Amino acid sequence: MATGEFAFHETHAHAAPRSFIRKWVFSLDHKVIGLQYYFLALTAVFVGMLLSLLMRIHLIWPNVSLPLLGELKPETYLSLLTMHGTIMVFFVLTTAPQGGFGNYFLPIQIGAADMAFPVLNMLSFWVTFLAFLVLLAAFFVTGGAPLHGWTGYAPLSALPSAGPGQGAGADLWIISIALFCLGALMSALNFITTTLDMRAKGMSLMRLPLTCWAWFITAILGLLAFGVLFAAGILLLLDRDVGTSFFVPLVIVNGQIAGHRGGSPLLWQHLFWFFGHPEVYIAILPAMGLCSQLVSVFSRKPIFGYRAMVYAMLSIGVLGFMVWGHHMFMSGISPYSAFAFSVMTMAIGVPSAIKTFNWLGTLWGGRIRFTPPMLFAIGFVSLFVTGGISGPFLAQPVLDIPLHETYFVIAHFHLIMGVASIFGIFAATYYWFPKMFGRMMNDRLAKLHFWISFVGTYAVFMPMHYYGMAAGLRRYSQSTDVAYMHSLLPLQKFITFAAFVTIAGQFIFLFNLFWSMKAGKKATDNPWEATTLEWTTATPPPHDNFGGHTPVVHNGPYEYSVPGAPRDYVMQTDPRTMEVGHKA
Amino acid sequence: MKNFFSTAVSDATPIGGAPSVAAGQIRQSRESSTLLEARLRRARLGLVVGLVGIVMIFVSFTSAYVVRQGLPTVDPRTDTLLRDWFALPLPRLLFVNTLVLLVSSGTMELARRQIARQAAVTRTSFSNLGAASDRSWNASWLALTVVLGLSFLAGQWTAWRELTARGFYVSTNPSSSFFYLLTGAHGVHLLGGVLALLVAMVALLLRRPIESRAVILDIAGWYWHFMAVLWIYILCLLKFAR
Repeated sequence: MATGEFAFHETHAHAAPRSFIRKWVFSLDHKVIGLQYYFLALTAVFVGMLLSLLMRIHLIWPNVSLPLLGELKPETYLSLLTMHGTIMVFFVLTTAPQGGFGNYFLPIQIGAADMAFPVLNMLSFWVTFLAFLVLLAAFFVTGGAPLHGWTGYAPLSALPSAGPGQGAGADLWIISIALFCLGALMSALNFITTTLDMRAKGMSLMRLPLTCWAWFITAILGLLAFGVLFAAGILLLLDRDVGTSFFVPLVIVNGQIAGHRGGSPLLWQHLFWFFGHPEVYIAILPAMGLCSQLVSVFSRKPIFGYRAMVYAMLSIGVLGFMVWGHHMFMSGISPYSAFAFSVMTMAIGVPSAIKTFNWLGTLWGGRIRFTPPMLFAIGFVSLFVTGGISGPFLAQPVLDIPLHETYFVIAHFHLIMGVASIFGIFAATYYWFPKMFGRMMNDRLAKLHFWISFVGTYAVFMPMHYYGMAAGLRRYSQSTDVAYMHSLLPLQKFITFAAFVTIAGQFIFLFNLFWSMKAGKKATDNPWEATTLEWTTATPPPHDNFGGHTPVVHNGPYEYSVPGAPRDYVMQTDPRTMEVGHKA
Repeated sequence: MKNFFSTAVSDATPIGGAPSVAAGQIRQSRESSTLLEARLRRARLGLVVGLVGIVMIFVSFTSAYVVRQGLPTVDPRTDTLLRDWFALPLPRLLFVNTLVLLVSSGTMELARRQIARQAAVTRTSFSNLGAASDRSWNASWLALTVVLGLSFLAGQWTAWRELTARGFYVSTNPSSSFFYLLTGAHGVHLLGGVLALLVAMVALLLRRPIESRAVILDIAGWYWHFMAVLWIYILCLLKFAR
């Protein structure tokens, strides 16, 4: 707490730093920290993508010798799978939308000069960065990276003798996750305090842009969820290295008694998924908030049902804590609790549908501007629907049991949690790039990138549903020799080729990102004609965000096409001259 | 030496803006009073949020405790289900430690109130008298709290030694695993509290503005009380849910 306290003082006191180290490395400025998170996630996403590419290649050409790795052994495949999942879930989907854009834009959008506790903010980034290094180190220790998947199920994860990556590699994995939890907890503390305590005059809760609501709710989920994962990680480490028996029953590994007794592997699953399910929403909620924002900005219409959007996100957050058991239908939980979890899970369909219909309602009759951020926002809605619709199927134990170990589930969560949220990150990048770097991204390249990503994503993940329904099993390093799966090989090949093309398309984005920083068209302060506070300040924003004054807010965030207004939008800071217009 | 009013002015300035030179001392003192309140509010809010995170960690441990306690295990020799949890005999020293911690909570509260009063006196005075009275504040209650906190930790360590001497190690039984886990996790958090108090003492020695000291001490104080409550909870769990 002491750190946070000092940090408070810094909020007002710290002047713009001059040295490179204080400005770009150990910066207290939320904008720099946001960029640090963003580039950390950008690095991580390319590592994670490379791993998935290696897996895809191995699935269709099991005997091909890969660069650096040689011919892939089944256990190496499992290491790739574990690291891909861990990197993507923690260091991309959790890091970029919340740590990256949340850090950069939450204080600006609420009219604050910085986060509530800047030192804590810096600390949370560096702890997260350290966590990433520790995770990568798992590749280079004896035995390599762990095999237990991103879910780290015990007893595999709890027994160093259980496999080649389960020694030092698994220890590093757990330490990395624990560090990540600490970083996420500190960041959640900062987000919640900032949102509740640092809003500018006039910025009532119901005038917050939906992005801020999403970051705020995500932070609450993080605060409640990461502590649980942290605790579970401690227990797992004790099981591994001190010989306790929290998660490990009496087991024989490679002919030897492991020395534990009485522990419960299901206990790990309960603790893990109590974190794990809210984590899905931690990944997707910021994207939901952002897309609500973009759909309104680029339809030039107020968001349809602002309050409904807020309450839907809140109820998704609450329900998200009551459904973790649906990940465990296969694990032998009581049918009664399975039923309860099933009903709660299907109930999430209601707020999700409210959001979807509100997005469609906002689009309806709007004067739509198909800019790159808008394309990705619409792409997000599309993926959210496609990925979400298989949710109610999987929510039913009778359907989940045959489907759970197949690619159907892989397709489901990649569409909704993975790519939908990545589309949110892309949309945010294209939308806020002018504010962050003072230049516009190239429009043509951006649209090309969108179409390759959009079509590519569907080409990769739609066939996976069919592959799953045809009993194509997940986690197996190869299926080419299995008779009944042989006929499915063309489908696997198609998926891999589609992945090649989609991944190639991402380099267009990378090029566009760095090229536009140097050579993009100069951006004006408000290129999208949007209403929220970040567009009232200079581009890029000055050190204290608003150049010496504190904004005063008079309007809701989505005042577009207001009858009688001089322009088709009313900034949040514009004085309220007329009483007409929609109720925010 | 930086006095109290200079901080108040620089703090009251709109972000990045020029300080309002015209502001009279009365206004300054009023502003500083609301600023202290604003700082306290923000710091306390941060603390409450942080404590929720800590609570979730201990909720998870408790949930694991209850589940693990109720689990049957297979006895391979007889092939029957039996409960492998046995009630851990708690060292009596724990109750002495509890008393020490409760007393430390009391001394902490005295330290916290003393500085809060001091800050209040300073901010209502219209001159630099406040800065003078500032010096009269001493760290004895704070120092006593630190000593009591460290004694508690030493006592906990002794209790651990006593248990290991009786043959109860971390992995001996799930009940002993949880004993070491819960007391250890609490100890680490309490150590964090001791560090916070030391930071507060350093702030005093460095003559940081009284408001800063008041805020640090307030937060450290509430954290310290929370640690006492958490310890009572853990003790009850270990004692009554054996």
